[in-house]
Amino acid sequence: MTLIHDLFFDYTVRTVVLGTLVLGIVSGALGSFAVLRKQSLLGDAISHAALPGIAVAFMLTYSKSLLVLLIGAIISGILASLGMFLITEYTSLKKDAALGIVLSVFFGFGMVLLTIIQRLPTANKAGLNRFLFGNAATLLEEDVIVMTIFGVVILAVLTLFWKEFKLVSFNPEFAATLGFPQKRLDIFLTSLIVCSIVIGLQTVGVVLMSAMIIAPAAAARQWTDRLGMMVVLAAIFGALAGLVGVMFSSQINNLPTGPVIVVAISTIVFASLGFAPNRGLFWAWKRNKSNQKQVKEDTFLTNLFYLSEGHDDVTHAHDIQALRSVGGASLDSVIRKLEESGYIHSTAYKHWGLTIKGHKYVRSLLVGMQA
Amino acid sequence: MNSIIPAVEVRDLTVAYKEKPVLWDIDIKVPHGVLMAIVGPNGAGKTTLIKAILGLIKPAAGSVFINGNVYQKSFRSVGYVPQRGSVDWDFPTNALDVVLMGRYGHLGWFKRPGKRDVEIAMECLEKVGMADFAYRQINQLSGGQQQRVFLARALAQDSQIYFMDEPFVGVDAKTEKAIVALLKELRGKEKTVIVVHHDLQTLKDYFDWALLLNVRKIAMGPVKDIITQENLSQAYSGKTPFVGKDTTINLDAL
Repeated sequence: MTLIHDLFFDYTVRTVVLGTLVLGIVSGALGSFAVLRKQSLLGDAISHAALPGIAVAFMLTYSKSLLVLLIGAIISGILASLGMFLITEYTSLKKDAALGIVLSVFFGFGMVLLTIIQRLPTANKAGLNRFLFGNAATLLEEDVIVMTIFGVVILAVLTLFWKEFKLVSFNPEFAATLGFPQKRLDIFLTSLIVCSIVIGLQTVGVVLMSAMIIAPAAAARQWTDRLGMMVVLAAIFGALAGLVGVMFSSQINNLPTGPVIVVAISTIVFASLGFAPNRGLFWAWKRNKSNQKQVKEDTFLTNLFYLSEGHDDVTHAHDIQALRSVGGASLDSVIRKLEESGYIHSTAYKHWGLTIKGHKYVRSLLVGMQA
Repeated sequence: MNSIIPAVEVRDLTVAYKEKPVLWDIDIKVPHGVLMAIVGPNGAGKTTLIKAILGLIKPAAGSVFINGNVYQKSFRSVGYVPQRGSVDWDFPTNALDVVLMGRYGHLGWFKRPGKRDVEIAMECLEKVGMADFAYRQINQLSGGQQQRVFLARALAQDSQIYFMDEPFVGVDAKTEKAIVALLKELRGKEKTVIVVHHDLQTLKDYFDWALLLNVRKIAMGPVKDIITQENLSQAYSGKTPFVGKDTTINLDAL
């Protein structure tokens, strides 16, 4: 309850929550495009690659203003994507290798720079480590303003170019034949994804930021078949996870925000993978089960039908042994279920025959199979 | 339309992947209003040719003209049906939405499809027998139905010249019939249609012109003139081309 109270009246909490909401919404929305374009891992490489950019920006300016650091992060993020592009274009290495190389080289370099910064004779050096695992508590009002401006611009551009982005994401070659500059749109959308990653770095950290790009989108995809709805849902999931992350990490001392946010979003992902209607694994398993049952019942009825063909009376009952010999299911549970539905009737112990209703059903089944 | 200017003209087109030529010095002029198949063995460069014409692949040399203009000036007069396998059908969208993409070229930047566009898209779905599936998620469509959605999208482009990449591959009989009916309809409207095709057996029934291709242009013209034993063995490097499962092509019947 105090948290809700703080949300409205405590200045610090309000700042932190606002920042986290912006981060969740923007990374969820843009992450949808990253996931649909199969660029999920690109997000991972870019977020790791942002670290040296942040370090260099600090070393050049001795400023810890988020705007300065973010510009550094964006530049090194773009250099990283360029590096990956050049590696795949001019060497025989494939995308995954290029990704791995860029990620580890940039991140390693960033860690070296961070260590150097620790040894600098300046009082201002503390706090850059928060970019590793994120710390929402360090968000200042000016940081949140910067994040919000970035976020609003990113979402406005996304809305403006909605049709074009959808087209290049679904079918880039077709976009090109329509006269849209497919390569430039591609680069533009990727740059937007870079920006959406970068604004979350202080809160979630470079190590786990990719989860905020991939996870909300992956969860949202489970619930809807419409792109617009997917983007909205991903934004909501991202914001929700951010909120939970801030709540927990503010209650427990020294708990970095990034890991808590990631645990929260992972829970949403698992729930979605398991239980979302249509696509959920649980429902798929249930459907499969009920299909199996249906097939067993149909087989049983069809076998009875074929047996009855030798008789004038279609409802003629047969010894269950005869059915066993033609194979197929003759489980007691199947028989009980079919009797309850009125498809079969029993004339004597272990003797079963189709009812008129059952006979009609099998006929329609067989006609259906031929069509 | 000026009949002297060909619908599609390709001059000295050469495309190479890492020094290996895929297309070598292709010169073709496709007149208006023909239904033309591009045939040839696997790796003959059929898909590469239409991609190069559409500007999707940068040629090593040569030039392409659509109605006498460079491609960059003729987007609106060209419709394209890519290979079905070239997109991810799990993309979250429905059939109607995909067909609406055919209108994007007419809409230009930023403008969203309106009521009129939806009407056009629905008419196009109707023409390929897919009106009932307009709101169906695209991954729930069969291969043939997906192919028909792609055809409807091309129809929604309302173009003069159509390029179709292997529309007959892996489709059911119903879809094949729908495609053929559509081709005939497009010909009736004096459209030019260029189709990458695999099946020599149906060539004569479906198309009036053909381009026989194997890296180089072997022959081009009315189907009955160019499907000769000599041309075929040249295109298929001396092997008798197999058509269908067990039958080789009966050259006397052509």
